[in-house]
Amino acid sequence: MTHPTHGIRIEGLRKRYGEGDTAVDALKDVNMQVAPGEVVGLIGPSGSGKSTLLKCLGAVIEPTAGRMILGEQTIYDNGWTLPDLRALRRDRIGFVFQAPYLIPFLNVTDNVALLPMLAGQKNAVARARARELLAALDVAHRAEAQPSELSGGEQQRVAIARALANQPPVILADEPTAPLDSERALAVMRILNQMAAQYRTAIIVVTHDEKIIPTFRRIYHIRDGKTHEEAGEGRAIDLAPAHA
Amino acid sequence: MISLAGRDILHAWSRFVLTGMGLGLLIGVTLSMAGIYRGMVDDAGALLDNSGADLWVVQKDTQGPYAESSSLRDDVVHSVRGMPGVARAANVTYFTMQVARGALDVRAMVVGFEPGLPGAPGALVAGRRITRSHYEAVADVKTGFAVGDTLRIRRHDYTVVGLTRRTVSSGGDPMVFIPLKDAQEAQFLKDNDAIVNERARSAANPAFNRPGIPGLLDAITDSQSSNHNVNAVLVQIAPGLDAEAVAEPIRRWKHLTVFTRAQMEEILVAKLIATSARQIGMFLVILAVVSAAIVAFIIYTMTLGKIREIAVLKLIGTRNRTIAGMILQQALGLGLIGFMVGKTAATLWAPIFPKYVLLLPGDALRGFVVVMAICALASLMAIRAALKVDPAAAIGG
Ligand SMILES: Nc1ncnc2c1ncn2[C@@H]1O[C@H](COP(=O)(O)OP(=O)(O)OP(=O)(O)O)[C@@H](O)[C@H]1O
Ligand SMILES: [Mg+2]
Repeated sequence: MTHPTHGIRIEGLRKRYGEGDTAVDALKDVNMQVAPGEVVGLIGPSGSGKSTLLKCLGAVIEPTAGRMILGEQTIYDNGWTLPDLRALRRDRIGFVFQAPYLIPFLNVTDNVALLPMLAGQKNAVARARARELLAALDVAHRAEAQPSELSGGEQQRVAIARALANQPPVILADEPTAPLDSERALAVMRILNQMAAQYRTAIIVVTHDEKIIPTFRRIYHIRDGKTHEEAGEGRAIDLAPAHA
Repeated sequence: MISLAGRDILHAWSRFVLTGMGLGLLIGVTLSMAGIYRGMVDDAGALLDNSGADLWVVQKDTQGPYAESSSLRDDVVHSVRGMPGVARAANVTYFTMQVARGALDVRAMVVGFEPGLPGAPGALVAGRRITRSHYEAVADVKTGFAVGDTLRIRRHDYTVVGLTRRTVSSGGDPMVFIPLKDAQEAQFLKDNDAIVNERARSAANPAFNRPGIPGLLDAITDSQSSNHNVNAVLVQIAPGLDAEAVAEPIRRWKHLTVFTRAQMEEILVAKLIATSARQIGMFLVILAVVSAAIVAFIIYTMTLGKIREIAVLKLIGTRNRTIAGMILQQALGLGLIGFMVGKTAATLWAPIFPKYVLLLPGDALRGFVVVMAICALASLMAIRAALKVDPAAAIGG
């Protein structure tokens, strides 16, 4: 497998909702760069534009202006450069949500294997990939279980495996630790750091969660639609091994 | 790729099977309704077959003897026998009544026939043909009589000597065959009180009771209680002749109405059964609408319960087509379960119905196609809702 070498770069991204008097400039000037294997935090007060930024990066809403470069490819340059955003999301962006949002009628393996399958992989190949990821995330023993039979921490690890399934250059994590206690939250962060390193994935974690903020080496603050970069404490690697 | 619909059905199988069974019972009722209609048409066909006739000669300007009452003098048969192309002709009477069976009674169509001629019972499933000229009967097995039983028609007891099968009236009532003379008497026979009253009335009438003319009163009371009418003359034509060609001269010369087999079928199916058929048609429409509503409602609520998952599926790159296909397949799966349950139920309960229920494979096939079409239509609302789901909804606000 070839590992991504470029991560993600965002330049001068703007997003305006609506038009005229009622227009809201949710993103005014967003600049970010995340290297492969790096986990950065994105924090900001309510209404600052975090979700809007994730939706732009996730190619579910269209920015108003700016540039987004994913891996070696410019995906947005004052307009989408790709005809098929669905395939872009499927193949090149991983999503981790506040709750695991696993598909309840698929077992753990198929929840992960679904993405390679959607991308056209044979079932056997997709499942082999899923089992490999489940093993890396320490949930291989639950591979045949239904999502409802897993603990919250196990579910979140399966969700992370799913985000990694098509080896995207970037993973967008939307408050991934919000419902977890501090031990489990730190365990999820440790896993994300491990996975970023192992699979050379750039990970952006949107969070309010005070518990995990010290784990970032770099943090982007977003305020009033503008990003400011600052150094974090970067204590993720020092965390004592704990199980989610 | 795995079947998302199949996995979802397996995951929620109990809800699915229960809904499918409910739908199935509705479908079973629908198939039975169609079977009842087919049974009525088949009964009509059996009635015409059993009569053994090619032509029905009835009272002028009536649509007798099955759809309307018809009355002919019983000597008409002689002149019909003399018409060109007529091979055999026989008098026949039909009347529907309650035939006493012990303390209970069964509804039956009593047929008066002449042995060995058209109108006589066909193949027997038990017993023998009528050999005596009075008070023997052959009954359809559906009457519940057995050989050797005694049945009562009006004032006389008849011994059941033979049994037939599928000899029914157009209304599905089983037939009881008795000799023509007995039937003529029974059809117009008054009970004892009526006769006594009639006699007294005649005797009190000075026009009838004339001391100067002995025997007049007796002759009059005699003619009041005997009967020389029949309901129809059944005609078999000589082989190789055209029924219409034989019928036409009888109509013209005898001033009678004559129906061919094709015309009789038209009368029975298009006219006699028409109202019932429309009634059944109404039921079929209502059942189809109710089934559609059930499928639509179930599939719609199941889809609404999966909005979050659908948003996630879309976000991670599932095609709209795949999601629509998943919902459509679930609706069709529901239809399939429903159809199988319905077909089984209809087959199991068909013999319990008092009237003949004829389940045709062609109707089942048509039913299957309609069920699938209804399910596909019913899933449209759910599919629309699913396609409207915004993948951005998976990302929190
Ligand atoms: N669909 C929309 N139409 C119009 N305005 C919107 C829409 N979505 C968000 N906004 C506005 O854009 C701004 C940024 O919203 P956004 O949801 O990105 O904030 P956020 O940082 O995610 O806040 P929170 O932490 O509360 O989730 C807010 O002022 C919000 O009201
Ligand atoms: Mg938000």
